[in-house]
Amino acid sequence: MALFKYAAPASFYPLAGMLVPWFATIAFLLCVIGLYLGLFVAPEDFQQGEVYRIIFIHVPTAWMAMFIYLVMAGYAILSLVYQTKLSAMMIEALAPTGAMFTALALLTGALWGKPTWGTYWAWDARMTSTLILLFLYVGYIALMNAIEDKKRADKAGALLVLVGSVNVPIIYFSVKWWNTLHQGASISVSGGSKMASIMLWSMLIMALACWAYAIAVALCRVRAIILEREKNAAWVDNIKQAKDG
Amino acid sequence: MSHAGVKPKFETTPLDTPEHGLLVAAARDLKLAMRSRGELMQALVFFIIVASLFPLAIGPETAILKRVAPGVIWVCALLAVLLTLPRIFHQDYEDGTLEQLALSRYPLTIICAGKMIAHWLTTGLPLALLSAVIGMQFGLSPVELGVMALSLLIGTPILTMLGAIGAALTLGVRGGAILMALLVLPLYIPVLIFGTGAIEANMAGLDATPNLYLSAAIFLCGLVLSPFAVAAAVKISLD
Repeated sequence: MALFKYAAPASFYPLAGMLVPWFATIAFLLCVIGLYLGLFVAPEDFQQGEVYRIIFIHVPTAWMAMFIYLVMAGYAILSLVYQTKLSAMMIEALAPTGAMFTALALLTGALWGKPTWGTYWAWDARMTSTLILLFLYVGYIALMNAIEDKKRADKAGALLVLVGSVNVPIIYFSVKWWNTLHQGASISVSGGSKMASIMLWSMLIMALACWAYAIAVALCRVRAIILEREKNAAWVDNIKQAKDG
Repeated sequence: MSHAGVKPKFETTPLDTPEHGLLVAAARDLKLAMRSRGELMQALVFFIIVASLFPLAIGPETAILKRVAPGVIWVCALLAVLLTLPRIFHQDYEDGTLEQLALSRYPLTIICAGKMIAHWLTTGLPLALLSAVIGMQFGLSPVELGVMALSLLIGTPILTMLGAIGAALTLGVRGGAILMALLVLPLYIPVLIFGTGAIEANMAGLDATPNLYLSAAIFLCGLVLSPFAVAAAVKISLD
């Protein structure tokens, strides 16, 4: 398959460079639309009033936090099984974005919790396991920074990501398994949604915006990682000359 | 420590079976640990001292101490295990024995499993038993002490298994000990929650068995999966 040629960093680099502006534009547009719909068009909530609107950032970032970790786990399997360098670089590229989304989810959750539950933080199952997810991201980044040999770092990081990926289903199902403070799922695959349609759509649009943003940022970051790692390769010299010349 | 010219002691079992490998790995690590008994005692003394810090810091009021006892004792046990984790692989890594073990006739998974068993027997098991004594300092009743010891008996093997993964991943890395703690502590959190949950349920008059069963479930999953993860981590570190 012709697509496999993009598994080489040298050919992926220009492809990623071409894709970044597209995804960035999509992300920006979707974000504008989603926030407009969510902040101005969607009606006031029956119980919570205006405060609920933080859901349009809180839920998409929480979804992305879990999803990015699963994508990292997928790349980890690819990297360990097929020994492809680019898969490992993608994990490294995604980790800071995933950590950012997790931190944002926790932060927006805290800001939402204060007016609604009366507390910024409660040690309930979902909050605790999302906090663990943040620690897992930070741990991965720390491990990658600590090991100097890149080959060993890649494999060690991939293994660590896989071991920690057990946490993601726990976060997702924690709300169902333990009846705690955090509300249950508003959207389920089988039952459809319990939210008003405009709110649901705004949330989904914001989720897609976050997804496009994550892709754009990860591709941008992986380009930097590729350059760093392949700095002794001939094709990098060509790029340098093209830039300087 | 050379075995040159010395016949292996376990000659009754055929040498090539995994069971023999498990016995050999566990027995070797136990023997080495027994030769530095002081180091083992240090972990237990650390546990006792740190657990005693809390009554000194919080004050001697029995009601408060009893309330915090499960969490405090569990965290102290967790930290004591964390401090002993480098011992599993560090010495062997430093003098090249780990490479020889990886190249030996026994699968690396079996050898790692044996090492983890030896580590638990010298760290987790004494800590679990000692916790009953420490618990008395905090004013727990005999039944609660029993539940505490049981929850630690089930929980400490999990701590050893998860910790071994972290220890193997950070072999020879700069600042390895603190990095290992950073990697391993998030994985420890569910174990901690279920372990203390069992004791607190019992203290509240509820059934402790759901939490104990969940701990046991994690233990069984770890028992099956962790040797593979640890062996993979050791192989990564040896390259």
